[in-house]
Amino acid sequence: MKLIISAQNPSLEAQVDRRFGRCMWLVLFDTETNQWEAFQNPGASQSGGAGVAAAQFIVDQKAKVVVSGDFGPNASRAFQAAKIEMRRFTDSTTTVQEAVDHFIQDKLLK
Amino acid sequence: MSTQNSRAKQLIILSGKGGTGKTSISAAFAHLNADQEEPRPMVFVDADVDAANLSLVLQPGNLDPKEFWGGSLAEIDPEKCINCGACSAVCRYDAIFPDPKNDQVQWIDPIACDGCAACVYACPEGAISMVRQQEGNWFQSNTPYGTLFHAELFPGRENSGKLVTLIKQQARLYAEDIQSQCVVIDGPPGIGCPVISACAGTDLGLIVTEPSLMGLHDLKRVLGTLRHFHVPSVICINKADIYPEGTRAIREYAAAEGIELIGEIPYDEKVPRAMIEGKPVTVLFPDSFAAKAIQEVWHKTTSLLQLQED
Amino acid sequence: MQIAVASGKGGTGKTTIATSLALSLASLAKVRYFDCDVEAPNGHLFLKPEFSESTPAVIRIPQIQTEKCTACGRCVEVCEFHALAQVGKNILVFPQLCHGCGSCTWNCPENVIVEVPNPIGTLERGMALENIEFFRGLLTISEPMPTPIIRQLKKRVHPQPNTINIYDAPPGASCSVVETLRGVDFALLVTEPTPFGLHDLKQMLGILSDMNIPSGVVINRDGIGDDSLEETLREFNIPVLLRVPFDRALAENLASGRTLVDVYPEYRNALRDLYQQITEIVGGKTK
Repeated sequence: MKLIISAQNPSLEAQVDRRFGRCMWLVLFDTETNQWEAFQNPGASQSGGAGVAAAQFIVDQKAKVVVSGDFGPNASRAFQAAKIEMRRFTDSTTTVQEAVDHFIQDKLLK
Repeated sequence: MSTQNSRAKQLIILSGKGGTGKTSISAAFAHLNADQEEPRPMVFVDADVDAANLSLVLQPGNLDPKEFWGGSLAEIDPEKCINCGACSAVCRYDAIFPDPKNDQVQWIDPIACDGCAACVYACPEGAISMVRQQEGNWFQSNTPYGTLFHAELFPGRENSGKLVTLIKQQARLYAEDIQSQCVVIDGPPGIGCPVISACAGTDLGLIVTEPSLMGLHDLKRVLGTLRHFHVPSVICINKADIYPEGTRAIREYAAAEGIELIGEIPYDEKVPRAMIEGKPVTVLFPDSFAAKAIQEVWHKTTSLLQLQED
Repeated sequence: MQIAVASGKGGTGKTTIATSLALSLASLAKVRYFDCDVEAPNGHLFLKPEFSESTPAVIRIPQIQTEKCTACGRCVEVCEFHALAQVGKNILVFPQLCHGCGSCTWNCPENVIVEVPNPIGTLERGMALENIEFFRGLLTISEPMPTPIIRQLKKRVHPQPNTINIYDAPPGASCSVVETLRGVDFALLVTEPTPFGLHDLKQMLGILSDMNIPSGVVINRDGIGDDSLEETLREFNIPVLLRVPFDRALAENLASGRTLVDVYPEYRNALRDLYQQITEIVGGKTK
């Protein structure tokens, strides 16, 4: 299963980014292969509609789950339409790896 | 007390009508927080990015501007333009005219251009391109009272909402780094895009109003906005003794709406005097009527923010 | 003659001056008052119009005729504002992000986009005190974009000779102020002699110089501040057209909805003089 996590840098050790639409990086993690890949968030540089731009990218990646600090109304609508699950970091989620672990342990907030 | 990683509370100060005293009150809050035996680390944001005044009172040192790049505007390459008019036919912003310097080509008025790029696609010659614009600068700076995030939108530019979002997010990340409990946001006037950006995700709205028909009219609109975004709000009346009947009307309105009125600050010429000296009123005139009343409002605000912590 | 009343800083007295200017000129010419502060409009509290017309201010947003849509994604690609997204075969429209530019409509290869009005506010019109024709725009709460409402409000009537249009601008110095200023002959800047007033006035002077619009200043609450405002005005060569001293009794009366010229009738003549000075400045510029 593919999850995408908003992050401040392109690595598993990177701090997560609690901003969704304007996070710098989106880290894609595949729980079946344990492979990961980082993408620059196309929303980060947009003057408007950053949440929709980031959401469109994630929809196009065919991710099943997106993990961030919070989701705006527009991004939420796009994810609902695409049946992509939205999960939120807990207060103790600090790195991308922890976000993955917390997802597997089902600790992330819904 | 809060746990280590919990998010800082965000306080947004709004008014609807401009000039009711948001910034003077925000500045006094900054000083009152710093002036305790054990000041809480706190972060301040001036979200009125096209009339940014908080820094005039908090007086940050060593300003290090960081560029803010907003949207793009369309530009025509006069070498490629064949003056066919396809661009102006699709422009809904009346932004495209014959070039005043050369009426054989079309020209896009950057002041009127909305950046939609419709003309780019309409041009048969590929003569129009979108050019990204630097629309301002933002700053993270140290003041005698804590860290300030503020910005300067270049005059006449769009995207003030995006700039507000940017400095608010920077402030929030920084607040997490220093384990600050609270981010105080001095908001813009009105109810439009920068206000919506400023109140997104905040925990408490403090509406600073004044006892006039105008103050009350605009208070209703800003309260409607805060409610729409589910931000709990309280009211304080500034210059409350200028028009007692107006103050009564606001008290009645607040009671009818079930909104707590947390303070009434009298008109005090010490407030503009402090502003001229570039200092919070609580620093220069701590015993003035206004300073005392602002102190009350600050205490109530902090306790409201902490009450909501549980 | 088209005059915008602006300030930069909020609460300096734009509406106080704009409404009393309108009342002072109403016996000389046909006066139209446009309240362009569509986020927090207050002119009606003083000029007391009876609104006889109300129409929605709309943005035309795309509606995709799904049965004919091939889901090619071209509309999503051309939208600069990310007001469209594609999920499988569906195109989602986000009305609050849409600027109504029409780019998606023109670029759809199948011609399956129609535009439908999405109301974001109202435009009102009515007759006010002393036969002033009053226009007001009102942004709906929670809608982000005031600028299209200002644009539509100003287009309600064409400027005519022997008519004085007064535009009460919003505070600040961003796009909504620029929209108010577009096409005016003169900007009357209402400020106060404080560092905040001065800082924000300088932003306005930057816009006005870019737009090549002449301006003059009204110093309101004269006496509460310092001299730095006047020094700056001399430096920029901006004339001071009127001073209104700070006066607590006046502040109280204004708060109750009375106008400056109602409280102090002598300002009628002062404002007519001010208008005379404006016509001279504008006339001098066009010569």
